[in-house]
Amino acid sequence: MTRAEWPGVALDPPAEPRLDLLVKGARCAACIGKIERAMLAMPGVSSARLNLTTGRLSLAGRAGDLSTEVLVERLASLGYPAAPFDVEEALRTEDREGRRLAIALGVAAFGAMNVMMFTVPVWTGAAMGEGVRTFMYWAAAAVAVPCSLFAGAPFFESAWRALRRGRANMDVPISIGVLLTLAVSVSETILRGEHAYFDAAVSLLFLLLIGRYLDHRLRARARSAARGLLALQAPNATVIGSDSTVRRIPSRDVRVGDRLEIAPGDRVPVDVRVEEGASELDVSLVTGETLPATAVAGTSLAAGSLNLTGRLVARAVAVCEDSTVAAVARMMEAGAQSRSRYVQLAEKAAAIYIPVVHAVALLTALGWLVAGEDLRTAILRAAAVLIITCPCALGLAVPAVQVVACGRLFRQGVLVKSGAALERLAEVNHVVFDKTGVLTEGRPVLVGGSVDLARLAAPLARASRHPLAAALAEAAGEGPVATDTRETAGFGIEGLIDGRTARLGRAEWVGAPSSGAGTELWFGFADETKIRFAFHDELRPEARAAIDRLRGLGLGITILSGDTTAPVRAAAERLSVDAWRSGLSPLEKGAALDEMKAEGLKVLMVGDGLNDAGALAKAHASMAPGTAVSASQNAADLVFEHGLEAVAEAIVTARRARARALENFGLSALYNLLAAPLAIAGLATPFVAAIAMSASSLIVTLNALRLSLPGGKP
Amino acid sequence: MSALMWLAPMSILLGLIGLAAFVWTFAANQYEDPDGDAARILLDDDDAPPPTGGDA
Repeated sequence: MTRAEWPGVALDPPAEPRLDLLVKGARCAACIGKIERAMLAMPGVSSARLNLTTGRLSLAGRAGDLSTEVLVERLASLGYPAAPFDVEEALRTEDREGRRLAIALGVAAFGAMNVMMFTVPVWTGAAMGEGVRTFMYWAAAAVAVPCSLFAGAPFFESAWRALRRGRANMDVPISIGVLLTLAVSVSETILRGEHAYFDAAVSLLFLLLIGRYLDHRLRARARSAARGLLALQAPNATVIGSDSTVRRIPSRDVRVGDRLEIAPGDRVPVDVRVEEGASELDVSLVTGETLPATAVAGTSLAAGSLNLTGRLVARAVAVCEDSTVAAVARMMEAGAQSRSRYVQLAEKAAAIYIPVVHAVALLTALGWLVAGEDLRTAILRAAAVLIITCPCALGLAVPAVQVVACGRLFRQGVLVKSGAALERLAEVNHVVFDKTGVLTEGRPVLVGGSVDLARLAAPLARASRHPLAAALAEAAGEGPVATDTRETAGFGIEGLIDGRTARLGRAEWVGAPSSGAGTELWFGFADETKIRFAFHDELRPEARAAIDRLRGLGLGITILSGDTTAPVRAAAERLSVDAWRSGLSPLEKGAALDEMKAEGLKVLMVGDGLNDAGALAKAHASMAPGTAVSASQNAADLVFEHGLEAVAEAIVTARRARARALENFGLSALYNLLAAPLAIAGLATPFVAAIAMSASSLIVTLNALRLSLPGGKP
Repeated sequence: MSALMWLAPMSILLGLIGLAAFVWTFAANQYEDPDGDAARILLDDDDAPPPTGGDA
């Protein structure tokens, strides 16, 4: 069996072909049983295992000529839509970082609990002599030092990486604080001193790791959901060799000049020019146009278009990497790079916090030295200042808020990719919408005609793959199909209904006077009067309410669409939107966003098609519906599963999150202002430090939890 | 006091056993598919139906 026959296959030892599919709709034990049994019953499949949490179906096979298509079809017949996993993606889904954080959290928890066993007896003032106390501290050190060094590794590494780049993040004071605390405590223990802060060091790491782990988990969930969909590019292409043999190869192996066969239902794998055949293609995902485009010999087609009606033979004019799809991908990368330079709130806080706290600690040490205390006491008090101001509250201020906000949004069907995305979303003052698929349902619907007339034409409509015919058939319901049908691309379909010839299609072809207005189909029997059917792309029912709510929040609205002028104007009028532009290419959309940025607007872009992906990456923040192509879902900051009301909800939640985060900074600053003088005066015993740290973390977390309360003003 | 010398290391040892078990659950990939593992206990198709006849 050649590699070409198993698209999506990774060969790993033992050399048994494996195949991974992403299955949607599996929810319970019965689904697992049904799917695995059906797969095992297919010839050529030796093992099948479904991961219910991620939807990934792992199959292994014996020799056989089973194809991905057959397996996917079988799953679809059971009611579970499936698509192949990209091979490289499949190899990368192991969550190393999450595992590492969870183990660090476990170690920190163990350390914090067991250290207390030795330090609490010292605090509770049990009459213990210096010898016993020192023994207790040594035991505490034996637990605290290894645990802190292991559990603190994520912070130390992050701090080191930042310092090497010449920047400082919150992990820098955390690392300095923890390491200094441990050093001072060990030296105090050696010198048989009274105060050692082992528990402070470990507890600090424990509390911070909780926030960090939860944050990571939320982001991992959003990442896998967006990444798991099939790429827009058809993974395979059918190449016609010079000897007229037909082979299927991965799209990335197609060379310029190859002759390709594109059957009805296939996506165009690379940019091509048509040589033979005629057909209609759905280009809505590439250009946003609702109506299909006609292709005849000589027409150029972009990769990603969906072939609807006729078989085409075309010649590749570009390799996969040079296709329109790839050009948009490069635009997205550029956008992502400029995004990564965005400075988050926490970093801004750190930029103020770090120098101030370290300066105070240094001054404390110097001050006490000048006042006549010995070096040991001076350093101890400086360390106490660092410990007590150590950003327990500050380190939790933002993550706590973001975790609660993302959780709340997730329950409403909105996936947030990162905390930075939420911060950027809170700053937007203008919203740009794509039209097709975002404000509209994305497919034509019959308007105005009676169902009886539709039923008359339905037999012919059911035989055609044209989207307008499909809409007509949907309006008419179930019924017989016409016989002897012949479809002429770009014109219509002709066939026999009850023995009489009839035509369905363009006005001139059917023999009716063309009105040329709007989206229409004409139907008629050979010599009878012709009937006209009108269609339009329905606006989503919640679109108007959603836009009104956004306006109520003080946001400006613009529609940027690739569709032709008439539908865009109609949609804008029905939604009372004044600013709209039509006929835009993907690059033109990106340019429009650049113009808005130059005017000082912070734009939220909502789009779904491939023609939006570049703009989604350029906008200040972006959202894509769950029905969007994977490229757009990857470029967008947030993905929403349900209706458009999610846009306003997300903005409101983001603004509230920002408010809570700023409040938390305020609370942390207040706490520090109260606690630092205590430490400077030498009154911050380990007991005091422990209470202060826990109390401040608790307050900050409770404040963050206010976000999950219903309602509330933005 | 002598009891303490014995009990303190003992309790740390117990804690370490718990920690080791926690780390082992990661190595054993027990968190890969929590929903699926929970659902699979309800599947019973690896029990072959009992043969009819004899003492039924």
